[in-house]
Amino acid sequence: MNDFDNAVEVHNLTKRFGGFTAVDGIDFVIPRGEIFGLLGPNGAGKTTTIRMLCGLMLPNAGSATVLGFDVTRRPEEVKKRIGYMSQKFSLYNDLTALENIDFYAAIYGVPDTERAARVSRLIEMSGLKGFEREPTHTLSGAWRQRLALACAIVHNPPMLFLDEATAGVDPVSRREFWDLIYTLAGEGVSVLATTHYMDEADYCNVIGMMYQGELIALASPDKIKQELPGVLIQVDCDRPGEASEMLQELAEVRSISVHGAQVHVTLKDAKEMRKIEKALSLADIDVHSVESVEPSLEDAFIAMVAQRRSQNSQLPEQHVN
Amino acid sequence: MDIAIKTEGLTKRYPSQKNTAAIREIDLEIPRGILFGLVGPDGAGKTTILRILSSVMEPSSGKAWIAGFDTHAQAEAIRKRIGYMPQNFSLYPDLSVRENLDFFADIQQVPTVDKKKRIAEMLAFTHLADIDDRRAGKLSGGMKKKLALACAMVHGPQVLILDEPSTGVDPVSRRELWVILARVVQEGVTVLVSTPYMDEAERCHQVGMLYQGRLLTAGSPDEIVTALPFEIVEVKARPRKRMRQIVAETDDVLDWHPVGDRLRVVVSGNGTTGRTIRSLERQFKANKLEISILRPARRTMEDAFVHLVKGQREQA
Repeated sequence: MNDFDNAVEVHNLTKRFGGFTAVDGIDFVIPRGEIFGLLGPNGAGKTTTIRMLCGLMLPNAGSATVLGFDVTRRPEEVKKRIGYMSQKFSLYNDLTALENIDFYAAIYGVPDTERAARVSRLIEMSGLKGFEREPTHTLSGAWRQRLALACAIVHNPPMLFLDEATAGVDPVSRREFWDLIYTLAGEGVSVLATTHYMDEADYCNVIGMMYQGELIALASPDKIKQELPGVLIQVDCDRPGEASEMLQELAEVRSISVHGAQVHVTLKDAKEMRKIEKALSLADIDVHSVESVEPSLEDAFIAMVAQRRSQNSQLPEQHVN
Repeated sequence: MDIAIKTEGLTKRYPSQKNTAAIREIDLEIPRGILFGLVGPDGAGKTTILRILSSVMEPSSGKAWIAGFDTHAQAEAIRKRIGYMPQNFSLYPDLSVRENLDFFADIQQVPTVDKKKRIAEMLAFTHLADIDDRRAGKLSGGMKKKLALACAMVHGPQVLILDEPSTGVDPVSRRELWVILARVVQEGVTVLVSTPYMDEAERCHQVGMLYQGRLLTAGSPDEIVTALPFEIVEVKARPRKRMRQIVAETDDVLDWHPVGDRLRVVVSGNGTTGRTIRSLERQFKANKLEISILRPARRTMEDAFVHLVKGQREQA
């Protein structure tokens, strides 16, 4: 067995497609048994990163090891030892749940002597008992998701990649899915999960936020929220749409978002709250309450992107605000 | 109260699904001038409801009205009054931003005298004026959604129906989109939007939660959360394993689930949350745990959804 301290080590990993840099020199490590979340909008480079780590795509520069194996030089060793589950679960719809797991067990070379026991344990663990003889196409999205996870871990991989694995699944199933992931992590499995649901990233121990191929933040969810520059305040007022448009123009306001009857405003300093109230009252908008609130990861992400854009303001802007 | 959208017993069965209806007995009343969110996971029936309301599909049974017009019997009247943006709104990739708007204005028979002004308004509104000559195919995902939104409302509809406008849009553009929608509502338009994101439900004035074709509940986010028979306490302490054991053994703890390093603990509430927190604190301290978070947490729309779905499952 290969010796390694970190399940994944990534140094200056870069991938270019023609003139487009999909992944731009990123660095991170995933210690054994940790759940690492790679977060960012579509097109940020998450899937390209996963593909390189799974040995499916070669980087243009930099290096990466998974379970101690270099993904460029020994991709076959990597592929054997990892589990991979993508948003488009590759299940055989005409087979039953049991047959699907059994099929993946055969592909991954699970020894015949262990196969039956392993398959029945996975049926048990994923809560598919009672449904195991149903054809897969009759299962709901949430059941298919559990089945896909069971298939991805049938060979007991010490490293699991989840690519947008919970997209579109109902919140109850999503929580149950994460319970399974925590169980696996508790057994020492390391996990890299990508998601564009910002709230889901709270489930991870450490998150890396990607934007336009770069890693713009790397820390625990709590730390990322704490280090959000400025303070987030919630303003409960009349005509929130109008209020938000007006506040957007103020120099003190870094960013703004509307939540039903409330407006969330990021300020540089809590002292500027007064100015907000004053501006609103001048515009004849009734303010019911102003209080500071804990930022979400989405708030943090948006603040970081805004910062990044203003740093790069000399460059041609891709998105227009 | 002025009702913009109403449904009664709305039910749809697709021929391919023999036993299960896509939506069952949906009763909704949406007042005029609000932002209403239809929230639920994939396959819950959101798109089916929006298609029926936009009169592009008929229900199997039940009825729906927009601004008092029957969506089935008076489809022509409906189409003039609504703007409908399906999930994959077909923009013309070879046409420019302005040409797309021009095209949709013609389809919707916007009078020539109004057209120029209306298009200019839409461009300003969606912040696309500076790039009005760019081809739609060259736009980013977020900009495409904004252009689709502009096209869907170029004829000045009373009711705007948007199917998952924020799916696949980056968080920055997503936020911008919600600011635009708030502004649309300000203008007096009723907006019905579907989303699989629970956190977006909190941005709506009223919400209908949909699961497996059924409406779990409807109301303002505040009403929905206030009706929950429990409260949430957020806990983070080390070592984690011991923290979980203590939480599990504490009276008044109904359930808990891990979110990263934190535990979200469901407690019975009814004014006893403070007592539960104190009892947790005592136990943590007696066991020499290092406490970093121990406080009441806001109940979210996801908490409400999970609670209602579990209730429905137990009934089944």
